[in-house]
Amino acid sequence: MSVRPSAVVCRALTRRFGAALAVDHVDLDVATGETFGLLGRNGAGKTTLIKMLTTLLPPSSGTAEVAGFDVARQASRVRRSIGYVPQALSADGDLTGFENLLIFARLYDIPAREQRARIAAALAFMDLSEDADRLVKHYSGGMIRRLEIAQSTLHRPLVLFLDEPTVGLDPLARDAVWGQLARLRREFGTTIVLTTHHLEEAEQLCERLALLYQGRVSIVGTPDGLKQGLGPEATLEDVFAHYTGAEDSVHDGTRAAHHQRRTAERLG
Amino acid sequence: MVAANATAHPLLRLASSVLAFCRKALAIADLDLRKLRRDPTELVTRAIQPALWLLLFGEVMSRSRALATGTTPYLDFLVPGILAQSVLFIAIFNGISIIWERDLGIIHKFLASPTPRAALVIGKALGGGVRALTQAVVVLLLGLALGVRLRLDPAALAGVALLVVLGAAVFSTFSLIIACVVKTRERFMGIGQVLTMPLFFASNAIYPIALMPGWLQTIARLNPLTYEVAGLRTLLLPGFAAGEAAGVGLPVDVAVLVAALVALVALAARQYPKIVQ
Repeated sequence: MSVRPSAVVCRALTRRFGAALAVDHVDLDVATGETFGLLGRNGAGKTTLIKMLTTLLPPSSGTAEVAGFDVARQASRVRRSIGYVPQALSADGDLTGFENLLIFARLYDIPAREQRARIAAALAFMDLSEDADRLVKHYSGGMIRRLEIAQSTLHRPLVLFLDEPTVGLDPLARDAVWGQLARLRREFGTTIVLTTHHLEEAEQLCERLALLYQGRVSIVGTPDGLKQGLGPEATLEDVFAHYTGAEDSVHDGTRAAHHQRRTAERLG
Repeated sequence: MVAANATAHPLLRLASSVLAFCRKALAIADLDLRKLRRDPTELVTRAIQPALWLLLFGEVMSRSRALATGTTPYLDFLVPGILAQSVLFIAIFNGISIIWERDLGIIHKFLASPTPRAALVIGKALGGGVRALTQAVVVLLLGLALGVRLRLDPAALAGVALLVVLGAAVFSTFSLIIACVVKTRERFMGIGQVLTMPLFFASNAIYPIALMPGWLQTIARLNPLTYEVAGLRTLLLPGFAAGEAAGVGLPVDVAVLVAALVALVALAARQYPKIVQ
């Protein structure tokens, strides 16, 4: 009991859909308190992996533990320990912001007498207090995303899973979401596991990244470590291309052009 | 709370999980009620169809005396049938809401929360039950306006409310299972349309079972709607239970509906997680 368990441990975790292997013998360790990114192209297996870790999808083989509980055998204890923000903007537009939080306060067994205070604090934390009684269909995308993070953290989960948290958001809304996630980690020590194909997001938020390609983990490392591994000039874009199977389709010439354009942009 | 649970007496622990189960089912039903209060348009448009059945079909058929309903006037016979019909129609499309909510990602979050699957199912069924209650009010008022003699004592009304919620829960849950299997709105609408008519016509809603050919009688006796209608007639029509068109008796009607509900909830709780897989 002296060492706190890893927040997430996967061993040979595999999921098949018919003959197709969506996630193929994945081994992962996410430390408690860490912000960990799963990076890969569409169809690399990110969402399938998240669905298994959040108990929505049973693994075909292999094991996964979240907050010390097995996702297959101790699903309900896993569910008590996690928060989950799925890919779609998934708040209920026909309910108010407050009501969207109330339902989760009830589903997560927050005692009735604490619900209002807890919801008010969550709304304040996400900067949504003034919009609490408005119907969510009148919210902007960024507000809905922040409301969802409030929903998923109302019960103070040990591990928070976010599936592409800023996809479809404008840069301002995206920055706000990044800011709130960073605060969540700082103030509550929440372990965060997120999927993204947004390289800036991965670099800004994540301490470590796993790059997925065709259901397998190609490499795990810190953003800096991964870049240095490829060479002194390498960017995260190069890392992404190298480890997610994009390289075979990108000619060296266009890569060089990319470099030049980026350098030009940097220099203004 | 979790820690307290772990050390408590097993019976206390059981009681507290049953309570938590009910609380969560009610929380899910509460969502539907809040939406319904905000936008009751659906209830108004849904009330048109039973009104047409009573006013057009009912009036014509009771004049023609083509359907033998014993000593009960046809319009009296029809009112509980149309009440059951509107319960069926409003409940059978209830399942489409979970396809919506799945597309939005809401179901994903419900399923990732520590909520028993059966509580999610029963919550939806209760929401369907309350919608159906609003229809019951409309149909009963229409019946009274048409001069039908209905039993309206508190016991009868309480029984009617219970049967309406129970019937709606049965068909809502059935609809939920279909939604989990077909997974898309388009397919669901198609199948919903295809199922409603046989369920309605292969029942005693608008004619007595005795008038049916033998094979149809067998189907009608397997149809939960038949028991819903029979129970409602027993409760609403004075003297119906003693008449020749009486069914198998109220306790059996309720027992059949409860058994159907338990079986369907068990099945739906297994199917529900598959909608996100």
